[in-house]
Amino acid sequence: MQIIKNGEVTQDNWTFIDDDTALNADYNIISLTRWQNIDPETRKKSKHLGVRLESDVILEEVNKDFNNLDLIELYIPVFTDGRAFTHARLLRSRFDFTGDIRVSGDFMRDQVFYFSRVGVSSFALNEQDNAEEVIASLNDFSVTYQVSTA
Amino acid sequence: MYQYNYKDQAIVDQRVIQFRDQTTRYLNGEIPEDKYRALRLMNGVYVQTHAPLLRIAGPYGLLSSKQVRKLASIARDYDKGFCHFTTRQNIQFNWPALERVPDILEELASVQMHAIQTSGNCLRNTTSDQLAGICKDEIEDPRPYCEIIRQWTILHPEFAYLPRKFKIAVSGAKQDRAATQFHDIGLHLVKNDQGEVGFKVFVGGGLGRTPVIGQVIRPFLEKKHLLSYLEAIVRVYNLYGRRDNKYRARIKILVREAGLAEVTQKVEAEWQIIKDKLQLSATDISDMRAQFNPPAYAADAAQDTSYAEKLAGNSEFATWVKHNTAEHKVDGYIAAYISLKAPDSPPGDCSESQLDAIADLADQYSFGMVRVTHRQNLVLADIKQADLFSLWQKLSALALATPNINKATDMICCPGLDYCSLANAGSIGIAKEINAQLDSLDYLHDLGEVKINISGCMNGCAHQSVGHIGILGVDKKGVEWYQITLGGSSENDAAIGDRLGPAVSKEDIAGVIKTILETYLDLRHDEDETFLAVVRRLGVSPFKEKVYADH
Repeated sequence: MQIIKNGEVTQDNWTFIDDDTALNADYNIISLTRWQNIDPETRKKSKHLGVRLESDVILEEVNKDFNNLDLIELYIPVFTDGRAFTHARLLRSRFDFTGDIRVSGDFMRDQVFYFSRVGVSSFALNEQDNAEEVIASLNDFSVTYQVSTA
Repeated sequence: MYQYNYKDQAIVDQRVIQFRDQTTRYLNGEIPEDKYRALRLMNGVYVQTHAPLLRIAGPYGLLSSKQVRKLASIARDYDKGFCHFTTRQNIQFNWPALERVPDILEELASVQMHAIQTSGNCLRNTTSDQLAGICKDEIEDPRPYCEIIRQWTILHPEFAYLPRKFKIAVSGAKQDRAATQFHDIGLHLVKNDQGEVGFKVFVGGGLGRTPVIGQVIRPFLEKKHLLSYLEAIVRVYNLYGRRDNKYRARIKILVREAGLAEVTQKVEAEWQIIKDKLQLSATDISDMRAQFNPPAYAADAAQDTSYAEKLAGNSEFATWVKHNTAEHKVDGYIAAYISLKAPDSPPGDCSESQLDAIADLADQYSFGMVRVTHRQNLVLADIKQADLFSLWQKLSALALATPNINKATDMICCPGLDYCSLANAGSIGIAKEINAQLDSLDYLHDLGEVKINISGCMNGCAHQSVGHIGILGVDKKGVEWYQITLGGSSENDAAIGDRLGPAVSKEDIAGVIKTILETYLDLRHDEDETFLAVVRRLGVSPFKEKVYADH
């Protein structure tokens, strides 16, 4: 999958694995439910582990340490659902998450500046996205008013 | 007045570049309709009946003469020669072409103006008291805090895609002239028992389909915590506000469904975590206050004697002074209202030649500043009493001196069916008919303070539910009908009006309003008992009996 990370286009091997499919790759993204119930043996099978958070997640109710993860994927069901902006910000500032925060789903180029400001570090591109344009939009503004959390 | 620095200017300039690109991509078919819709709304562009509507921010209602002249030139060059002032102190153009909107925004940026976040589900323009900084009942000038909030809201990365729109209003005076209890967040500057000035914070107020009076979420907030508290409220709203139904998505619904106690508990918990990280320093506040230092008032302004002579010698002038001016805290100065409610013109509209003339008058008499009121009039706030007579003469010549501020013909009116694609019924035409019924000035003045608000649909842009008389246009099988409410108020005594009875027809509405006003005159104890006081004393029943017996 094409990814933008650190302002560059890259490919990477992270794959979302359905709950009823066995972990099979080095880079597995699993659902929150699966992660919360994962047994130590299964956990060991995945060299790198990421979790997908849906937009209705309540971070305070997650009873696991986010810092045991390498990646958190914030899945955007529809671009008008702005909860992920708060989730990213809280993951960085309140949960001190230092791994990759990735946005996927129905986001648009015109939102990536805001996402990068709240701590999102990579973007899973959709087929119609022009990567160079998305990268350009990361710099739509050279100045900002609010304290950055990224 | 606040002057943009390098950063402020860069943001509005770069926003123009961004929106120009977005619009080009849309016109080239590269952005789908629904996504461009969200982007254009956050740049003030609605698609209306005839053409796009562009809503420009009037930050807390304060405009410089240079900005007013720019509005005049935009009205000439891009529109049909006029603009419209709104209930949120913004400015609207009804006829711009979509492909030229980026050019308009570029023109605005050249005079430190923008249309950022004047629509859409985001943090909107912060509104305030049109008499801020000059009124006698002020605890502290609210404008520095409005500007601090303006900067915090603009391009806030976390809160650009909220469940629904979010409006903040600030009042610094004892009398609330900014309808703060009908905003998502209302802030009152208050003094506590120790004599410190801070904010009383209201949450969950709003008009529209479900009018709700805001409730106090915090009786006293230290100034230094202003932004952290706002951030805590909006964060809780962003996470917990409903997103399944746009008519249930405002924070007022969250407060109603979860209860004030639960919302307060969440907000306070969030605030405890962030309050120390987001403090305003004493310098932040004093630097901003310095931007709103009073102008250089003449020390001898009160010594003038010509004003008293003119008042005694010219009854028309005296009438205008009585109805269209407000007291000023500096001796010898007076605030003058410019009525945008002349009988033959749509409420709140202003022509390009009037705009240019107003800018000249502001330069000549009022330190180059103009203010917009939430009742869709303008104010020249700092007039020397010696200048008031000449100002009045010039305003009269411009049809801007109708002596009707806060009177029955000073109606708040939305664009209605004439322009708006949401409207169910006309509103401008109704205002005109009511004006025709009230053509005697003596009669109008005898009626005293009466606030009539007319909306063409239940979205309630003209705040009909808080009008002393509210008129709401509804569509019944393709025919325009009007529902009437009595007894609303958006001031300190905030209240939502009570329904009078069944809706009345378009033919009858002006006559019905006349009957209501006649009934008031019959029922009042004396001239000092206002329309609102009579409705509060007797309820709607006596009005209802009269109206439905007569019509």
